[in-house]
Amino acid sequence: MFKQDQLDKIAAGKEKWAAKLEATVKKRPEREPEFAVDSGITINTVYTPLDLADMDYEKDLGMPGEYPYTRGVQPNLYRGRLWTMRQYAGFGSADETNQRFRYLLEQGQTGLSCAFDLPTQIGYDSDHPLARGEVGKVGVAIDSLADMETLFDQIPLGKVSTSMTINAPAGILLAMYIACAEKQGFTKSEINGTIQNDVIKEYICRGTYILPPEPSMRLISNIFEFCSKEIPQWNTISISGYHIREAGATAAQEIAFTLADGIAYVDAAIKSGLDVDAFGGRLSFFFNAHLNFLEEVAKFRAARRVWARIMRERFGAKNPRSWTLRFHTQTAGVSLTAQQPMVNIMRTAYEALSAVLGGTQSLHTNSYDEALALPCDESVMIALRTQQVIGYEIGVCDLVDPLGGSYYIESLTNALEEKAMDYIGKIDALGGAVKAIEFMQKEIHNSAYQYQLAIDNKKKTVIGVNKFQMEEKPPEGLLKVDLSVGERQVEKLKKVKAGRDQAKVESLLKAVREAAQSDANMIPVFVEAVKEYVTLGEICDVLRDVFGEYKQQIVF
Amino acid sequence: MSEKRIRVLVAKPGLDGHDRGAKVIAQALRDGGMEVVYTGLRQTPEQIVSAALQEDVDVVGMSILSGAHATLFPEVVNLLREKGAGDILVVGGGIIPDEDVPALKEAGVAEIFGPGTPLANVVNYIKEKVN
Repeated sequence: MFKQDQLDKIAAGKEKWAAKLEATVKKRPEREPEFAVDSGITINTVYTPLDLADMDYEKDLGMPGEYPYTRGVQPNLYRGRLWTMRQYAGFGSADETNQRFRYLLEQGQTGLSCAFDLPTQIGYDSDHPLARGEVGKVGVAIDSLADMETLFDQIPLGKVSTSMTINAPAGILLAMYIACAEKQGFTKSEINGTIQNDVIKEYICRGTYILPPEPSMRLISNIFEFCSKEIPQWNTISISGYHIREAGATAAQEIAFTLADGIAYVDAAIKSGLDVDAFGGRLSFFFNAHLNFLEEVAKFRAARRVWARIMRERFGAKNPRSWTLRFHTQTAGVSLTAQQPMVNIMRTAYEALSAVLGGTQSLHTNSYDEALALPCDESVMIALRTQQVIGYEIGVCDLVDPLGGSYYIESLTNALEEKAMDYIGKIDALGGAVKAIEFMQKEIHNSAYQYQLAIDNKKKTVIGVNKFQMEEKPPEGLLKVDLSVGERQVEKLKKVKAGRDQAKVESLLKAVREAAQSDANMIPVFVEAVKEYVTLGEICDVLRDVFGEYKQQIVF
Repeated sequence: MSEKRIRVLVAKPGLDGHDRGAKVIAQALRDGGMEVVYTGLRQTPEQIVSAALQEDVDVVGMSILSGAHATLFPEVVNLLREKGAGDILVVGGGIIPDEDVPALKEAGVAEIFGPGTPLANVVNYIKEKVN
């Protein structure tokens, strides 16, 4: 990007400066013997054009909205429309979550994001013995279409987009969403949203798997195919680095492991007979925004570039939309502290800003009380307001990629890309992401342990935890999930089951079994079943019976 | 060094899949000289107790971030007592509101370690209690 004679002059100047620097450091030692980001990349004192001497603007950056999309996926980004402000919410019964959704929409939120409780995520109805103590705890309990109808009561599904954090049973919840929208009078082509549908990261680190990899990958390919034909606006998967990072990964590992999972999904779909451009444009991603502000900005930029190159060069995608990495971001839950919880507002704001400067398409900001409990109405509102301050008050959305061209940001983007590609190479050598689950788990665990040791030995500062601690009053006003929600949910389920035509239910479950045993696409069968209030647990029981269950390898 | 090594079962009861903390604690206990068995995810109280007996542990450490602690921690304590293993030290951690702690202690959970606890505190606590 620079002429050789310019670089020579800069190099000569830098040499003189280095002598000055050495004298300064000798006189007054620096805070650390060495500075580095968690990904293990050394941070120099200052960056200059010399660090970007090999960079090719056209090849490595390009214009926003153009390959390789380092600067963003749209030509004008937030000058057109701000990112979607999408707060993840859900707890207790469908009725309570419906009220929280409507509260958020009234406060100016622009899309919904639904959290399901663990029994729902693992395919058990609320009356299953393993659901004991878990119903409605970390999200809303959904057993049948009846719950879905309550969840979206008075929320027009043809007008709002909904993201659903559902993985192993994603196809069934998608079927319920379609059935619910149709009951409201909308057609499939009018609905818009995302299902997480990323099972590999469940095996790696999030834990809500049901079936073994092979049938899971088949269901995911079924969803890609079904949506490409029936719901063209739907984001069929949200390939998630968020949880990988939360589990302890570094920024470089987050990029690498997420995109390696992405490669596995694309491979599986191509193997199932789909054309890469038939589904490539509907893949979406989900990243974490952690504390190291500049590293995070570089991470988002590097991830976009790596994915564009993978889709174009490795998979031969021809449609530019297939090359683009569109992503949702959530601020780092793991960075929140139970101590001095109000300080979390500042942490979250900087994390959110990194996501915006990194060009995110949608954003969830964590609430300050989430190291203690599910967020209360007040904390959720402040979290949403944090996004609104970034969007409307501080001027960072008036141009695209404002940090692009910074010598540091560009060199860090390059360094993260290089580290991520190294990891992807290792995962390829192991036979791909599904085969490399244990490798990734080990890497993540090692990073998590190093991170904790760094906090314990005070190499890493956490305000309120290992520095600037103070006496505190116990927190007040925390949200408590009503303990009776489990019983009420079981009652509701009983009523729903009593009101069904049992013979019809049996025949629909038989159809699910036959589809599972054949090569058919299972999603239309799910849609037919849920319309008649066949429950999530009933369908998953059949799938468990046909395919067996995933057995976790304990890596520790 | 004739002293017997402390044996610990680190367990994830319930359906919660967050095991970063459980594994980090397990590693710290192991580095602290203890013998550690990690159960993996989705363990029922019955499975945890049977593993504790089979592994002949001195300590059971459980981690829950889903809010199901009020139901599942006491069940493990009760089952241990029923099996005549009430002397096993039971500790817990995760996202557990302060106001839930007294009830858990009353139910027989010896200590709850919340977010931000230094690893050394957990290691030292167990060493003190068991030796």
